[in-house]
Amino acid sequence: MTEDKNPITLLDYFGQMRDSDLWFSFTRSPVIVASACVTLLYLIVTIFAPLIAPHDPFDLASIDLLDASLPPFWMDDGELRFILGTDDQGRDILSTIIYGSRISLFVGFASVIFSLILGVGLGLISGYVGGRLDAFIMRVADVQLSFPAILIALLVDGLARTLLPREHHDEVALYVLVFAIGISGWVQYARTVRGQTLVEKGKEYVQAARVIGIRKWTILLRHILPNVTGPVLVIATIHLAIAIITEATLSFLGVGVPPTTPSLGTLIRIGNDFLFSGEWWITIFPGVALVLLVLAVNLLGDWLRDALNPKLR
Amino acid sequence: MTKLTLLQINNLEIEFPSRKSVLRAVDNVSLSLEKGDILGIVGESGAGKSTVGNALIGLLEPPGQMTKGEIFLDGNRIDNLPDSEKQKIRGKEIGMIFQDPLTSLNPLQTIEDQLVETINLHLGLGENGARERAVELLDQVGIPDPDVRVKQYPHQFSGGMRQRVVVALALCAEPNLIIADEPTTALDVSIQAQILDLMRGLCKEKQVGMVIITHDMGVIADITDRVAVMYRGRLVEHGATEKILGNPDHPYTQSLISAVPRPDIKLIRFPQVTYIEDVAEKNTEIDITEHWLGKAREYETAPGPLVELKNIGMRFTTKPAFLRKNRIFLDAVNNVSLDIHEGEVFGLVGESGSGKSTVARIICGLYTPVSGAINFAGTELTALKKQSDLDPFRKQMQMIFQDPYSSLNPRMRVLDIVAEPILFHQLAETRREVEIIVKDLLEHVGLGAQSAVKYPHEFSGGQRQRISIARALATRPRFLICDEPTSALDVSIQAQILNLLKDLQEELGLTMLFISHDLPVIRQMCDRVGVMKDGFLCEMKETEVLFENPEHEYTQHLLNLMPRLEGLSLEGLDMQPQPNQN
Repeated sequence: MTEDKNPITLLDYFGQMRDSDLWFSFTRSPVIVASACVTLLYLIVTIFAPLIAPHDPFDLASIDLLDASLPPFWMDDGELRFILGTDDQGRDILSTIIYGSRISLFVGFASVIFSLILGVGLGLISGYVGGRLDAFIMRVADVQLSFPAILIALLVDGLARTLLPREHHDEVALYVLVFAIGISGWVQYARTVRGQTLVEKGKEYVQAARVIGIRKWTILLRHILPNVTGPVLVIATIHLAIAIITEATLSFLGVGVPPTTPSLGTLIRIGNDFLFSGEWWITIFPGVALVLLVLAVNLLGDWLRDALNPKLR
Repeated sequence: MTKLTLLQINNLEIEFPSRKSVLRAVDNVSLSLEKGDILGIVGESGAGKSTVGNALIGLLEPPGQMTKGEIFLDGNRIDNLPDSEKQKIRGKEIGMIFQDPLTSLNPLQTIEDQLVETINLHLGLGENGARERAVELLDQVGIPDPDVRVKQYPHQFSGGMRQRVVVALALCAEPNLIIADEPTTALDVSIQAQILDLMRGLCKEKQVGMVIITHDMGVIADITDRVAVMYRGRLVEHGATEKILGNPDHPYTQSLISAVPRPDIKLIRFPQVTYIEDVAEKNTEIDITEHWLGKAREYETAPGPLVELKNIGMRFTTKPAFLRKNRIFLDAVNNVSLDIHEGEVFGLVGESGSGKSTVARIICGLYTPVSGAINFAGTELTALKKQSDLDPFRKQMQMIFQDPYSSLNPRMRVLDIVAEPILFHQLAETRREVEIIVKDLLEHVGLGAQSAVKYPHEFSGGQRQRISIARALATRPRFLICDEPTSALDVSIQAQILNLLKDLQEELGLTMLFISHDLPVIRQMCDRVGVMKDGFLCEMKETEVLFENPEHEYTQHLLNLMPRLEGLSLEGLDMQPQPNQN
């Protein structure tokens, strides 16, 4: 028997990628390259936060109240030790931003993954099984769509607060937040996947698999799922930006992560109190960090949607 | 010149620049057309025939551009006019008829509005004059009660009637030239004949020149005076229709014509077609008696037919409702009984919507019939409810689908696609063995073993259909259902696929159900034929008997509409000996 003359290697795979239209359209747009770099920078900095951050803002021993409310280094009284200044408790702003972005990104990714799994799963089942189950799932989705996402997140958070004992609340707050944001976002995935599933279900390769005798769930997972993921990735990218914003909003309102492990939203809220007493840097710098991150992710998502949709080209 | 040339194309060259290379879609094409003449441009997909048509009316899709050549209409050069001038020519001087009557009319306007708009734009007859003219035009294209129907919307017309309206629309500014791009491809045979008659009549009566672009030799034979044959952007042959069809000079035209399925005689095989996509040479002939493919073929033979349908009925809900009495159903199959014997090829023929595909899907278990029973090799399949009980039978029957572009999962490699049935039914011991079997199968259907690592999008339509066939063979079936396996393919590739199916059928002793709307193809492939209309089986007979002596009214009607293709070259054909000559 003849051996494979050209087995696919990883190298071929990258070669294919460099050759693809997606890579071409990526390199053609400097804005997109820039936002990809910004996103990548955020990821690296937050993953290696303990190595990169100049101070550990949670280490009480290293915090000195004498350093409180120092301005950024280029202003009078500013010190080079605290490049972006310190907050009212003497914590380095740059370090809190790095650790805060870490929490923001974690909540963003985790909640996107949560809604993705929930939404894709329900969408697949809804589209493939059809009938009453489909009608039920889609009506639930419709009902949920008539509330703003932030309201649902607030509701879930409120429920968790009343149901869970107070002393445990801080420990699970982060996960409650992930659940709250995740549950408010699944509808979009479910609707897209359901529509796509209906299209793919009618195609002849699915019928061919049924003629072979392959069972429903295998068809769903092996044949239909890989063919509906394209639009899902695009929604996920755009959803990531929304999730980060939602988390920041909730934290700003004081129902998000506890102040002991501040996220970007918490930092903005804390700084907000000092805005009128002249210490603008406490709130402005986390705000800028949030805007930059969300803008970069959003631009990437928009570009991905256009690049993957041949109708818009 | 004694007669003024209506249309003159000199050395036309059209290029489509892309990111990596420049595609020359049309290369050095020169044509001319007189008033009242009908010129056919024929070729297979990708030959550049539609591109020529679009260039004539100045509607090339960007980034396509004319890089060379001249187009003259009535002695005036039109290809270098500014866009605003070209716009005036379109409609006024040149009328267009497009392929799909569903999309070439505006669904939100009445027929009258659409006709009046165009008439006013080009003729300036005034509101009332234009309305009268609209009614007159509908009458000319053979629409009954034109003064009533002119007030209606496109959805109130049937497909054929709509195409008549499109013809009227093309005629309404009294153009000198009409370009028709596949005008009847979307229509059923019976309607196709009417529309072609109408177009030919109008052309001769009004002395309008017509360019008709098609892939269908039947249309060419029916309507055109002269033919131009295109192959990969080049004009290979050009001349009078009878000459080209009856005695072609160029080898491409010869092979193209020999690949057209004959309505009149049955061939043993289609002639080996040259000038087409490369098919990998079989480097290792598989000995069926030794090979995996030939093993475990000793199915128990039950007395009687292999497949037996008893009074099968199928209905679809077209309007669901909570209360049963409010639901609306469509009876797709009504009381159909037929039997297919071991080793024969049974054909099902009918127009679209006649229920023939539904019958195929019922047999292989994709639909559950509402009434009746299916027997396969003596076992009643409709009585089996559990999936696992059905598996041994699923293994024995496989299906080849119509659309080669949707019948393969685009995210799976060919190896995995063909291996799936083998793995599911556990027909081989090891993964390694499966891989060898798949590669052998791919070689057997005329694809190289190296195609196993590729993805479906890397193959052409005909090659994909070969992959489908390999997948169907991978369960070692005894019964193969082919649902319009070649209707999406070009004629030369159709001939190859039909040859392959014939070979496999003989070699493996397969029983086949062959479904098609194309009577000549049915005649070439089948031993017995059933004719379906509106969910009923009208007639069921031996193929040759049916074609020579159709009994049922509808069968006679269908056979009458079949393009005759008289005068086609018979050179190099492998004919079945006629019974009376023996």
